[in-house]
Amino acid sequence: MKNSLTNDAVLQQLKSEFGEAIMSSENPFDLLTVEVETSKCKDIIGWLKTNPELQINYLTNIGAVHYPDLRGRELAMVYHIHSLVNNFRIRLKAFLSIDRPEIDSIVDLYAGANWMERETFDFYGVIFNGHPNLKRILNEDSMDYFPLRKEYHLEDATREDKDDRFFGR
Amino acid sequence: MTNLENNTAANSSEFLSDETIDGTITTLNLGPTHPATHGIFQNVLKVDGEKILSSEQTVGYIHRAFEKLAERRPYNQITPITDRLNYCSSPINNMGWHMTVEKLIQADIPKRAQYMRVIIMELARIADHLVCNSVIGVDTGALTGFTYVFQEREKIYDLYEEVCGARLTTNVGRIGGFERDFSPRFHEKLKDFLKTFPKVLNEFDSLLSRNRIFMDRTIGAGPISAQRALDYSFSGPNLRAAGVDYDVRVMNPYSSYEDFDFIIPVGTQGDTYDRFQVRQEEIRQSLKIIEQAYNNLPEGSYKGDVPEFYLPPKDDVYNNMEALIYHFKIVMGETAIPAGEVYHAVEGGNGELGYYLISDGGRSPYRLQFRRPCFIYYQAYPEMITGQNISDAVLTMSSMNVIAGELDA
Repeated sequence: MKNSLTNDAVLQQLKSEFGEAIMSSENPFDLLTVEVETSKCKDIIGWLKTNPELQINYLTNIGAVHYPDLRGRELAMVYHIHSLVNNFRIRLKAFLSIDRPEIDSIVDLYAGANWMERETFDFYGVIFNGHPNLKRILNEDSMDYFPLRKEYHLEDATREDKDDRFFGR
Repeated sequence: MTNLENNTAANSSEFLSDETIDGTITTLNLGPTHPATHGIFQNVLKVDGEKILSSEQTVGYIHRAFEKLAERRPYNQITPITDRLNYCSSPINNMGWHMTVEKLIQADIPKRAQYMRVIIMELARIADHLVCNSVIGVDTGALTGFTYVFQEREKIYDLYEEVCGARLTTNVGRIGGFERDFSPRFHEKLKDFLKTFPKVLNEFDSLLSRNRIFMDRTIGAGPISAQRALDYSFSGPNLRAAGVDYDVRVMNPYSSYEDFDFIIPVGTQGDTYDRFQVRQEEIRQSLKIIEQAYNNLPEGSYKGDVPEFYLPPKDDVYNNMEALIYHFKIVMGETAIPAGEVYHAVEGGNGELGYYLISDGGRSPYRLQFRRPCFIYYQAYPEMITGQNISDAVLTMSSMNVIAGELDA
């Protein structure tokens, strides 16, 4: 299927609309990846959704990544959004501090974001402001930690034969 | 589909009564273990007589922390994890993962291996849809079709067995292609399957498709509009039943899907009957794809040149220094992999199955997220069953093909 939008064109439009809020961009494997200001993230997703030309209005996925070494921006929120009309995919990233991991919920833009955000809260502890029912989804309610943060070893930490150094990390 | 149009006039209100029994609201636990849910799902329903007023889901009963596990495993050991997502069509999950890694390492896969993948993936789609559609039959009280088509699913499992030795959790193929070429017995069995299956499918179709009882039970049960389905990020047959022709195989072709001629069936009402019909037609289209791929199976190798990931033949390991080194590197997880970030999606049995992989160059992914279509569309379930009868809720769930393994990861 023809792809009628180019990465550069969409990036230019985003920049002219949001200016400073578009912080950086790259194109790994031809997928436009844009880092945006956390406070503007929801506005940008809403604008992409309602823009009559772009029509980037199908939410593919929401996820998070933990980078313990990035001080003050440890958690990355990652949104994959797709335009089914233009067959164009975009990835948005917004970084949060692990001390105050808060971002606006996009449930009122996409009903399907509900569980995706709950899952992200469950595993990374990201607080989605405005989420109607923010509680754990796959893990048990009484759990008091966020398992996908890079704070926990999967295997017994006392085992010396499984030292990370010997496995390239 | 044209044969659906005759039924569109029938909307749900004709079949559902609006009367209340006595206004008493009952709370009912449907699940977690209940024969009608075909998996471990809990739904706390508020019902007035038979009519559902609201529903709240609990999921996560078989959560196995796949994303966390993947952060500790070498790339080739992640394939068995993907088996256990949608276990009705494991080969699609396996190959989706292989293709994700191949995209990251920019491996070149020979046409023959790609066509072989298409054959296996489409067989998996047939098996997946057969289970789903025959279970809709079971939930409407028609057990015959279910036991009948399971014989055919068995044949598909025999075919998997010829390729990889396993049946349910297949772990089929390797990063780079296949571990071996199709065996002569595979060719024999596939030819037999292609010859006998269409007849069985037509018989199964004639049991249900135009069956008055089945139609009365399924038309108008659990409908969703195209707009709501998109809003809920539906994908796969459930989205297509609502009338949106989004299919990853066409939108972002992978593994040479662009070479094949097939259509994307769509429904109009997004109800149980449309989901059934869309899957029936997809089975036919999958057969068509398999025939095209098999009849035009290119000459060449069944594997690409990716020595860093593809285990060398045992003979070479014992007699060839270089092969021994690669064997050691792969088994010990010492393979060098480029750092990078890649999203790859395949059309799984239930829709867009995505792999979001971040590599930092280490032996395991830094982060691997599965976009699991079940997890995403199951959240629309309360909206779809509100106002329906309990028996329709059961039908809606089976027709959405909610697979616990994929839902809970």
